Amino acid sequence: MNELLDPLLLSRWQFGLTTIYHFLFVPLTIGLATTTAIFQTAWVRTGKAHYLQLTRFFGKIFLINFAMGVVTGIVQEFQFGMNWSDYSRFVGDVFGAPLALEGLLAFFLEATFIGLWIFGWDKLPKKLHLATIWVTALGSILSAYFIIAANAFMQNPVGYDINEAKGRAELTDIGALLTNKVAVAAFPHTIFACFMVTAGLIIAAAAWHLYRNQHLETMRPALKFGLWMMVIAGALTVLSGDQLGLAMVETQPMKMAAAEALYRTSTGADASFSIFTLGTPDGVHELFSIRVPYLLSFLSTHTFDGTVEGINDLQAQYVQLYGPGDYTPTIWVTYWAFRWMIGLGMLHVLIALVGLWLTRKGRSPRWRWLWRVAIWAFPLSLGAMIVGWIFTEMGRQPWIVFSLLKTSDAVSPGITGLDVLISLIAFTAIYGTLAVVEFKLIKKAIQKGPDDAPEPDPESGDVRHEATVY
Amino acid sequence: MDLTILWFCIVGFLFVGYFVLDGFDFGVGMSLPFLGRDDTDRRVLINTIGPVWDLNETWVIVAGASLFAAFPEWYATLFSGFYLPLLLILLALILRGVSFEYRHQRPEAAWKRRFDRMIVIGSAVPALLWGVAFANIVRGVPLDEGHNYIGTFFDLLNPYALLGGLTTLLLFFTHGVVFVSLKTDGDIRARARRLATRAGVVTIVVAAAFLLWTSLAYGTLASVLLSAVAAVTLIGAVLANARGREGLSFGLMAATIGVAVLSLFFALFPDVMPASNDLANSLTITNASSSEYTLTIMTWVALIFLPLILAYQAFTYWIFRKRVSRAQIPVEAPVGGAEEAH
Ligand code: HDD
Ligand code: HEM
Ligand code: HEM
Repeated sequence: MNELLDPLLLSRWQFGLTTIYHFLFVPLTIGLATTTAIFQTAWVRTGKAHYLQLTRFFGKIFLINFAMGVVTGIVQEFQFGMNWSDYSRFVGDVFGAPLALEGLLAFFLEATFIGLWIFGWDKLPKKLHLATIWVTALGSILSAYFIIAANAFMQNPVGYDINEAKGRAELTDIGALLTNKVAVAAFPHTIFACFMVTAGLIIAAAAWHLYRNQHLETMRPALKFGLWMMVIAGALTVLSGDQLGLAMVETQPMKMAAAEALYRTSTGADASFSIFTLGTPDGVHELFSIRVPYLLSFLSTHTFDGTVEGINDLQAQYVQLYGPGDYTPTIWVTYWAFRWMIGLGMLHVLIALVGLWLTRKGRSPRWRWLWRVAIWAFPLSLGAMIVGWIFTEMGRQPWIVFSLLKTSDAVSPGITGLDVLISLIAFTAIYGTLAVVEFKLIKKAIQKGPDDAPEPDPESGDVRHEATVY
Repeated sequence: MDLTILWFCIVGFLFVGYFVLDGFDFGVGMSLPFLGRDDTDRRVLINTIGPVWDLNETWVIVAGASLFAAFPEWYATLFSGFYLPLLLILLALILRGVSFEYRHQRPEAAWKRRFDRMIVIGSAVPALLWGVAFANIVRGVPLDEGHNYIGTFFDLLNPYALLGGLTTLLLFFTHGVVFVSLKTDGDIRARARRLATRAGVVTIVVAAAFLLWTSLAYGTLASVLLSAVAAVTLIGAVLANARGREGLSFGLMAATIGVAVLSLFFALFPDVMPASNDLANSLTITNASSSEYTLTIMTWVALIFLPLILAYQAFTYWIFRKRVSRAQIPVEAPVGGAEEAH
């Protein structure tokens, strides 16, 4: 029973679950705000009705999704203090700043301009109304930068000093904090991945209608747009992921070793990358594996004869540096999360390339399974994103702030296991219910398809649009 | 001026902004069963705050994050100590936020009723609990040397705090109803005015009791003066409403809430979380604050961006200054209570 009511364990579960849940909505917010803005720009520029329909169609999905992103985000903001008060005390001087910047610079912008966009169709001049959705998109991307900069401090602490008297880290260089090399690498990777997820949604929505031979005039261009978006964002995700890998090896070599379950330090051909392995969960004994020689060396150092440090050496090194303890993350999680992220991502780019080929010059293949695959593009790309984060966060364990503070020293001393159990159950129940509602609503909005409501008319002051009134 | 004092003021300002703005959202939400006679009425009510509730709510996010950045010890002690009340507030805000967006997604009456109920609960719970939380901060809570809260959930539900909660609940309710009368037309506007008068009288009694208790038990000269000001503006707001001066009444309600929150902050100063068991364990603006460097950076950011933020938020309120009337709500074919068949 006591084991079960451990506030640390429960808080970790709660934070993990609620963050993953928050992040189910964030990629679509970032991607759809931008996509909606692009379609609306096309409409304002060309005046073609199908662009307006696409704007409204994806705008509606965006809004259903946005509400969830907002309400789950507040939970994240509060949890640092609620569940991780010793963490907040230790890093608040450093970590609080990017969060406050995020609120002041990004969230206010986003929350204000989204209101103007939703309700402003017939109150603002066309161009100004267009600007509001672009500002919303900008706000969401800006907020991603600040939160990633905050997270990057946990991966690679920079720009701080330890104040022994107060027992905490103190900010000494805000510039260094905001240009942390991990943040600079993780930001484009995350944003491009968000665009991949959004492309997945667009492809899925378009495929659903095209297979039924309906809404061709809007869904054909949407499909094309989605496929290209997937290919381009996918290529950029891979390139930025490669850069992020280099930064990671430099700052947290243990994470790369854990990603490959590499126990012994290896060089050159030995530093091979296994695509698939069967063995014991901790990766010590392997029964069967498919390996690509040199690849791990290349991923880690960009040379074919580089040396990649193994878990055993790193563990010994860390014991010397930080005292006795276990510095190895859970290997099977990091190993498989890393592979699923890359594998699912590559699969999508492939699907999109095949799709572009099959739909070239206005063709429309009629194989049922093909459209099914296209529809699965969405959930699977969201999956790639989530496992990527699970890899990043669990690969950092046992540290909450790498090399400075362990997760076990971060939990709030004042809360009881029962408190956290109550909140964990409450969040799980409410989040689970809302997930079902949300999923149904988005599905319904997609299946309903674009409607051809009249153009908004600021002159008449007529607000009778579905999108303008709650 | 000492930066810690400046940041105490900025945090105070952000909470004032939050309670003044989200306060009327809560009030409008709670007024649904009183003013919303049919679905069209309820849509009118929700649409009065439609374009702005999200930005109003964002004030609490920014207030919380600024607390984190400027007073990490305060943030840590407060948020971990008030774990369960904050959990309830979070759950309520989740329900309320999604309900605004989801209630109009389907035409069935049962679907809408469910979300209407969640809007009412999601507005009333934070309106009550924020008052309980702030009253407890002023009253002081038991803290150990590490500044961790050592009381229980039920210690937070003491009479003074509950009276504080009731006060914010009533203040926000009246504030919201006055807002409705300012932002709607016709019958609903007249009903809102009458309700505001009745609610206002009750609010005056309860708020006077709470401010008096605060002044006697925890007051400083400044907080007592501010309490007196709040009492005067509140009475003014109710009188103005009775005369049909809706704009003036709303302005005075906003002033009342702002000044009342300020008086609580003045009652605290220079503590931020007084320890009720041992004053040596209290958190003060000095021992809870961030370093000089962090505060300097944050000060620059706040000085540059707060005016800009206030400007574009004011612009939004100006764009949506028109009253909402029933005529603007599209007519929908009513659909019976049952779930849609698939
Ligand atoms: C659609 C999603 C997606 C796809 C296809 C990829 N990634 Fe990724 N990856 C993410 C989505 C993601 C992410 C958004 O989930 C993460 C979590 C943290 C971050 O910054 O981005 C991530 C993290 C992440 C990290 C961990 C960084 C750290 O812990 O500091 C590395 C090394 C890579 N990625 C590398 C790659 C490579 C080499 C890829 C392809 C060849 C790749 N990723 C494809
Ligand atoms: C959205 C993407 C993210 C996901 C999916 C995610 C996921 C997770 C998971 C699964 C854990 C649990 C790890 C464990 O206990 O073994 C965790 C822990 C944590 N993460 Fe994240 N995280 C994300 C982003 C962030 C960001 C941006 C921050 C900070 C700004 C952050 C801060 C933390 C903290 C404080 C913990 C708790 C301590 C810990 O267990 O390490 N996370 N996260
Ligand atoms: C664990 C750390 C995180 C915290 C504390 C956090 C905090 C928040 C908060 C408070 C909101 C609500 C904003 C509003 O009311 O407008 C929010 C929404 C948002 N968050 Fe997070 N977030 C976290 C993780 C992330 C990550 C990793 C990203 C991006 C990569 C992100 C991007 C966003 C975006 C774009 C929004 C606004 C759009 C939406 O709500 O869908 N967040 N977040």
